[in-house]
Amino acid sequence: MSAEFRLPVGGRIDRAKPVRFTFDGKSYEGFAGDTLASALIANGVHLVGRSFKYHRPRGILTAGSEEPNALVGVGRDEAHYTPNLRATQVEITDGMVAESQNRWPSLAFDVGAVNDGLGRFLPAGFYYKTFMWPAGAWAKFYEPVIRRAAGLGRAPQAADTDRYTQRYAHCEVLVVGAGPAGLAAALAASETGVRVILCDEQAEFGGSLLHERDTVIDGRDAEAWVAEAVATLCSRENVRLLTRTTAFGYYPHNLVGLAERVTDHLAAPGSDLPRERLWQVRAREVVIAAGSIERPLVFPENDRPGVMMAEAARIYANRFGAKPGNRAVVFTASDSAYRAALDLKAAGVEIAAIADLRPDPTGAVVERARADGIRVLPGTSVQGTSGRLRIRSASLGAVVGGATETVPCDLLLMSGGFTPTLSLFSQSRGKMAWDEALEAYVPSVSVERERSVGACRGIYGLAEVLADGHAAGVAAAGKGASDGAARRFTVDAEELGHSGHRGITPHRRDASRVKAFVDFQNDVTAKDVKLATQEGFRSIEHVKRYTTTGMATDQGRTSNINALAIVSDALGKSVPEVGLTTFRPPYTPTTFALFAGQARGELFDPVRTTPIHDWAAEHGAVFEDVGIWKRARYFPEGGEDMHEAVARECRAVRESVGIFDGSTLGKIEVVGRDAAEFMNRMYTNAWAKLEPGRLRYGVMLREDGFVMDDGVVGRMAPDRFHVTTTTGGAPRVLNHMEDYLQTEWPDLEVWLTSTTEQWAVIAVQGPKARQVLEPLVEGIDLSREAMPHMSVRTGHICGVPTRLFRVSFTGELGFEVNVPANYGRAVWDAIFAAGQPHGITPYGTETMHVLRAEKGYIIVGQETDGTNTPDDVGLGWAVGKAKRDFVGKRSLARPQMQRPDRKQMVGLLTSDPATVLEEGAQIVADPNAPLPMKALGHVTSSYASSVVGRSIAIGMVAGGRGRIGETLHVPMPGGAIAVDVVEPVFFDKEGERIHG
Amino acid sequence: MLLITCPYCGPRPELEFRYAGEAHIARPEDPSGVEADPWGEFLYNRTNARGPYAERWRHFHGCGRFFNAIRDTTTDFFLATYKVGEPRPDVPARAVASASTGGAGER
Repeated sequence: MSAEFRLPVGGRIDRAKPVRFTFDGKSYEGFAGDTLASALIANGVHLVGRSFKYHRPRGILTAGSEEPNALVGVGRDEAHYTPNLRATQVEITDGMVAESQNRWPSLAFDVGAVNDGLGRFLPAGFYYKTFMWPAGAWAKFYEPVIRRAAGLGRAPQAADTDRYTQRYAHCEVLVVGAGPAGLAAALAASETGVRVILCDEQAEFGGSLLHERDTVIDGRDAEAWVAEAVATLCSRENVRLLTRTTAFGYYPHNLVGLAERVTDHLAAPGSDLPRERLWQVRAREVVIAAGSIERPLVFPENDRPGVMMAEAARIYANRFGAKPGNRAVVFTASDSAYRAALDLKAAGVEIAAIADLRPDPTGAVVERARADGIRVLPGTSVQGTSGRLRIRSASLGAVVGGATETVPCDLLLMSGGFTPTLSLFSQSRGKMAWDEALEAYVPSVSVERERSVGACRGIYGLAEVLADGHAAGVAAAGKGASDGAARRFTVDAEELGHSGHRGITPHRRDASRVKAFVDFQNDVTAKDVKLATQEGFRSIEHVKRYTTTGMATDQGRTSNINALAIVSDALGKSVPEVGLTTFRPPYTPTTFALFAGQARGELFDPVRTTPIHDWAAEHGAVFEDVGIWKRARYFPEGGEDMHEAVARECRAVRESVGIFDGSTLGKIEVVGRDAAEFMNRMYTNAWAKLEPGRLRYGVMLREDGFVMDDGVVGRMAPDRFHVTTTTGGAPRVLNHMEDYLQTEWPDLEVWLTSTTEQWAVIAVQGPKARQVLEPLVEGIDLSREAMPHMSVRTGHICGVPTRLFRVSFTGELGFEVNVPANYGRAVWDAIFAAGQPHGITPYGTETMHVLRAEKGYIIVGQETDGTNTPDDVGLGWAVGKAKRDFVGKRSLARPQMQRPDRKQMVGLLTSDPATVLEEGAQIVADPNAPLPMKALGHVTSSYASSVVGRSIAIGMVAGGRGRIGETLHVPMPGGAIAVDVVEPVFFDKEGERIHG
Repeated sequence: MLLITCPYCGPRPELEFRYAGEAHIARPEDPSGVEADPWGEFLYNRTNARGPYAERWRHFHGCGRFFNAIRDTTTDFFLATYKVGEPRPDVPARAVASASTGGAGER
């Protein structure tokens, strides 16, 4: 059985395909081709939601994406649930589950509606005025309660299981909107052979032509003309057609974001299809054919279910075969509502009266209505309406005074004229201008290469719209702009005048006691907007934010011109003087998943792993993230916690031998005739005299003199350096080097190559390190005499070529074995096996940190924070004083850089050896000094050292080296901790072990 | 997303590039001979112009080359890009965007 309000014939629905769905648990039937809104209307359902603030019953206002009221949640389960969808855009599918929002316990009986009676206590700016006391209650109490009571839909409770994809596309002409103007533009542009993309947010192309009844274009009725146009476009290989695709954002240089809804309209989508697809289209030219939106009239109680835009009612009747009511009152200031009244009358809706604000409406369509027997009341306005869950009557009265008449109805159609849709044009940063003749804002000065066509620039007659679209298509294609640009379309359609009304309509009620809504979605009334001007708000931008008008998810597409007119009246300024607010992306709400695309879960961020990663994972390593690297932090054994594991690993390195994966170290090969000169200029150290086969610890400064990076550098040959950087610093250091090489010293003959990924680095550290490596190495004499500390040799290990560094970041005898990354795992395995007799112990970054802190070696980024000179962190010895120049040298000579009270690196020992300071804690001289007390510095590194047998810490302290021997204090929540300032070396102060 | 024309590779999306500060600020030949105030100027003071601004970019995820550009900071449109070492080209003081980057102009 068909729904009660379904017309027996007509419309673009497929009556052979019934579709069952539920709304708020009740089952309904519609047809394929229905939107949720049209199917509900065909079933006589208008009440679909509760308003944002007052919880007033609301119905379906429009038939498009501008819908402010009919927001629903759709989804068969939580993983597929989407809130706040516009029922006017949702296509029904078999088994669809939809629900209303912002109501409790039910849509018909909503407790929150108490707010409606309290309306006089909830004026504009209510939140700012009321919930000011007590301090702190806002976040804890008021806001959560208000958020629950006022609001939109709820977030889904389960993770989204759908797939979302993203595509890039390029074209010469992108046409947004496939109404008559857009179709004409796409036809004209594609005829020249250039690549054209045509998109439209609706399920099918045609726009307004899909609901015209008696319109004829070039001898064909409108629907047939659309079908032929679409068929022509389909046949052209240079055209891409995208339906259900919203151009949501216009970004610089003609990048337009399109959101394509791929499967939401399918009851059983194929698993190979994504739910949505993001298109990032770079277009040479953009044609905006966005159409226009009918403006509501602002009269008392204009928000009851059953109050609808006149053109929307016409769409439901003509395009969907759904009758929006039985008896309608029409309230209008424009001709188009007469056309709607006539079409609805033909569909069987009784037209009780047309109340026209204009004192003397004339014109063909007005006469046609009169001739058809419709009662036309000129100079009449709606004084108010009645009805709780659906309008029951409208009260009509003459604008200039006199009696009012109550007219029973279940439908009230309104039309204040049309507003050009400027959203995308505004997003493209184009300037809008007020057109006095049209009484509308229209596009004026373009910034991007785009052009608006048709109704969105205030052209309304169908023949003119088609011609405008055609001319724009030809011009955008950029070929043969002169010939064929002007084309005439023969059109037989209703001639309409284009008057309208903006702002509140005249009525004789007490304005302080009625609710005449301007912004339906944010529940803003005419009274609220006027109040804002009385309270001193002058700028439309401020009125917008204070009253929230136009700030809902519909961005005020039905409200902002009315709000503007009310402000203009209240301030006695013209509309253009008041100005227009800016539209921003997205045009309609867009899912987060669309932007995320595939970048979810494991694919959210790239992960870098070393060749030894799998070995570490197999041996139970706990990993930490260092940048995007995964690094083994420690290797717990038998239920150890981190401290126990680190203590054991530290002892193993000090007593025997440890093995550590240093592959993440940044590596740069610096090669060329001028390599040494280049190194001289980039690092503080002197490189000229460093012989091939030797290593040096290098310090790199920024031009402002502050430490930027450090690392050990090997001179492999007179013209070749093997540079290492910190793990996180490699790209920054290479960029820094390239910058100077390319732009300051292009005369130097040097090449820089990142080799971070080419080398695996295996550190073997500890008194037994030499014994472990010796049997595996060929062609290198590892003896103390032949290969002293800070030397590098090339040879083979396990048959693999190696650059073998004798270097130590632990203070022990140590080697770093560099081998080609592909051999890293094999060489690691061999060294680990060879080390078994010595109890070789794998250690991670946490142990590495403790070992280096015991020796007072800095970590750039831990001890330093971008404001430290080499001298501040005890590296004055690494600065080549005799060098004429290096990056940062001049800055080191600035007086501020030499002050004795600069923060300097020192060691800190707590009185209680078991107390481990917190890294980042502040250091003061007197913890009992009055607040605010001056901090002398802060703790940069702090560990429990099993080898030293107590806690150790490093800090940066003002004039720190002069304070050695003093006691300072670290204030903490549990009381201040006394610390002795000491030299920042806690183990093997003589440094003998490193030469072992 | 801006479209930036690398002088070596042609127009590419902004994601491939990194900004590198104001252009035409040459490092002094002998920094040690520069007085404190001019050195401070060199280090820290930038024009931060409203309108056409000469600045450095690097085609980081492309050819890796640094180059110079004139960008109108009020519109974000690039008015010119050119190689390091080339003189700053003459561009209209407040040009509308060029044909390759946008701007259909007044209608």
